[in-house]
Amino acid sequence: MGVGIEVINLNAWYGSNHTLQDINLNIPANHATALIGPSGCGKSTFVRCINRMHETNPIARVTGTIRIGELDIYENAKPVEIRRRVGMVFQRPNPFPTMSIYDNVAAGLKLNGYSNHRALDEIVEKSLKNSALWDEVKDDLKKKSGASLSGGQQQRLCIARALAVDPEVLLMDEPASALDPVSTSKIEDLIFQLKSQYTIVIVTHNMQQAARVAEKTGFFLNGRMVEFDATHKIFTNPSDKRTEDYITGRFG
Amino acid sequence: MVLCAFSIFGIVVLIVWQLVVHSQLAWNKFGLSFFYQVFTDSYTQQKLYWDPVNEHFSALPFIFGTLVSSFLALLMAVPLAVGLAIFLTEMCPTVLRGPLAFLTELLAAIPSVIYGLWAVFVLVPLLREHVNPLLIRWLGWTGLVGNDNPTGLGFLAAGVILAIMILPIISSLTREVMTAVPHSQREAVLALGATRWEMIRMAVLRNARIGIVGAIILGLGRALGETMAVTMVIGNSPEIHRSLLANGSSMASVIANEYAEASADMHLSALTEIGLALFIVTIIVNAIAQLLVWAVTRGTPRSAR
Repeated sequence: MGVGIEVINLNAWYGSNHTLQDINLNIPANHATALIGPSGCGKSTFVRCINRMHETNPIARVTGTIRIGELDIYENAKPVEIRRRVGMVFQRPNPFPTMSIYDNVAAGLKLNGYSNHRALDEIVEKSLKNSALWDEVKDDLKKKSGASLSGGQQQRLCIARALAVDPEVLLMDEPASALDPVSTSKIEDLIFQLKSQYTIVIVTHNMQQAARVAEKTGFFLNGRMVEFDATHKIFTNPSDKRTEDYITGRFG
Repeated sequence: MVLCAFSIFGIVVLIVWQLVVHSQLAWNKFGLSFFYQVFTDSYTQQKLYWDPVNEHFSALPFIFGTLVSSFLALLMAVPLAVGLAIFLTEMCPTVLRGPLAFLTELLAAIPSVIYGLWAVFVLVPLLREHVNPLLIRWLGWTGLVGNDNPTGLGFLAAGVILAIMILPIISSLTREVMTAVPHSQREAVLALGATRWEMIRMAVLRNARIGIVGAIILGLGRALGETMAVTMVIGNSPEIHRSLLANGSSMASVIANEYAEASADMHLSALTEIGLALFIVTIIVNAIAQLLVWAVTRGTPRSAR
C-alpha cells in the first residue's frame, strides 16, 4: 500500500544554483500527483529529492524535511533503504542491456538478497503483469535482452523493475516523453491502474497527461511551487495568474 | 599521402615476407614439430630443447617461458589495474583524479630497458633476499616454487616486471570502457536501492566487462612481445621447470640474446621462425583485444549473453 509524502521547507542546490526554494506540500497516499512546469523549473530535482537521488551528484545539497509515511528520510534513514521503499522510473528507458528480461525485473530483488527461485518467478510474473508487459514477453523471458524490446516496452520493463521490490511510492520523471503516442497511452493506462496500490508522483511536460492521470497537480516555476491543488481546479480555475498563463500556453 | 598510407601495408608485408623466407630452412627440416619436439642429450641422457652446436632446435621452452611469464603478469596486474580503474572512475575525488591518471599513463612511457635495470638492481635482490624465501617456506609443498635457484632471476621476476609494465595499459583502457557506461545505468541501479559497491558491480563492471576483457587481452599482447626487461631478468636458459623461481627464457628474449651471435644458417633460421610465431600470435591477440574494446566503446551490444 502507498503512503503519503509530507514536504516541509525543502530547499535544494546544484553547486551555487538554488534550484528548489521553500517547497511545502502534502502528497496524498494512493493517488497520482502530477508536477508540471516549464523546463528547468525544478520539478525533476524535486522528485529526485524524494528518493535522495539528488545527492548522488557531489555538488548537490538539500535542506528541509521530507516524511514518507512516518519516516523522516533526511533525519534517520539511509539513502539505500529509502530507495528500496521509493521506486523510480526515468525519462529515458534504462533497462540493463546485459541482462535478460527476467533478470532485469529480478535485479532489485537480487540486491535485497532474494534467492528463492520459486518466489522470484512469482514476483517477476506479477510485476510484469502489473506493468502490462507479461503477455508480450512471457515466451522469451530469459532468452531476450532487456535492450531488445521496443522503447515503450523498455519503459514498461523499467516500471516492472521498480514494482518488483514492492515500493510504497513510485516516482516517474517524464516517463512517456521519449515514447510514441501509443506507448504513451499504455503508460498512462498503467498509471491509472497502479495508483490504487502505490502513491505515484509523475513529472510531466504534457499538461493533458497530467489532467488525464492525476488527482492532484502542482505547478512549479523557477524553483518555487506556485500552486498545488486538485487537478480539475488547476486546469479550470487556477488561483494564481502565473498558473493560468502557463496552462493557457502564454509561456513555457 | 596515399603513398604514406600504403607504406604501412608495405612494411607489414615486407616483415612477414622476410620472416617467412628466413625461417624456411628450419621449417623444412623440423616442420610443425619445431614447436613441441624434445631432444635427449647424448651425454647426460637428460631432456634437451635447444642446442645450437648440435643443431637441436625446439621452440617449446621459449613458448613455455613466454606463456608462464605473461600469465603471471596478468595474474598480478589485472586485479590491480581494474581496482585502480574503479577507484579513478567511481570513487576518486576530482582533485586526485588528474594526477593519478597522469602518473599511471606515465608508467607506460618509461623505456623497457629502464624497467629492466630497475628490476636487476632493485626487484631481483628484493625477491632473492625477502620474497623468495617466504614463498619457498609457505608454498614449497606445491612444487611451484623450488629452492634450487639462488639468483633471484627467473619466471617470477619476469612476471612481476611485466605486471608493472602492462598495468597502465590495462587500467587506462578499463577506465575508458567504464567511463563509456551511460550514467543512466548507474542511476537505474542506485534507484533500486543499491549500495555503491552493488552499483559498481551491477551497472559498471557488468556493462563494461567485454571491454575489460579486451583491455586484459591487450595487456597480454604487450606482455607476450616484451623483450628487453624480460631478457634482463628471466635468467636465459632454454629449460622447462615446474618452479616459478627457476631460470627460463622467452621467445623474445632468445631472439634478443642469440641473433647477433648466431652464425650457423640453421640457428638463424630457427630464431627467425620463433620470431614469426611470436609475430603471428601477438597480431592475433592484439586484433581480438582491439575488437572487444571497440565493440564496447562504440555502444553496448544488443543481445544478452
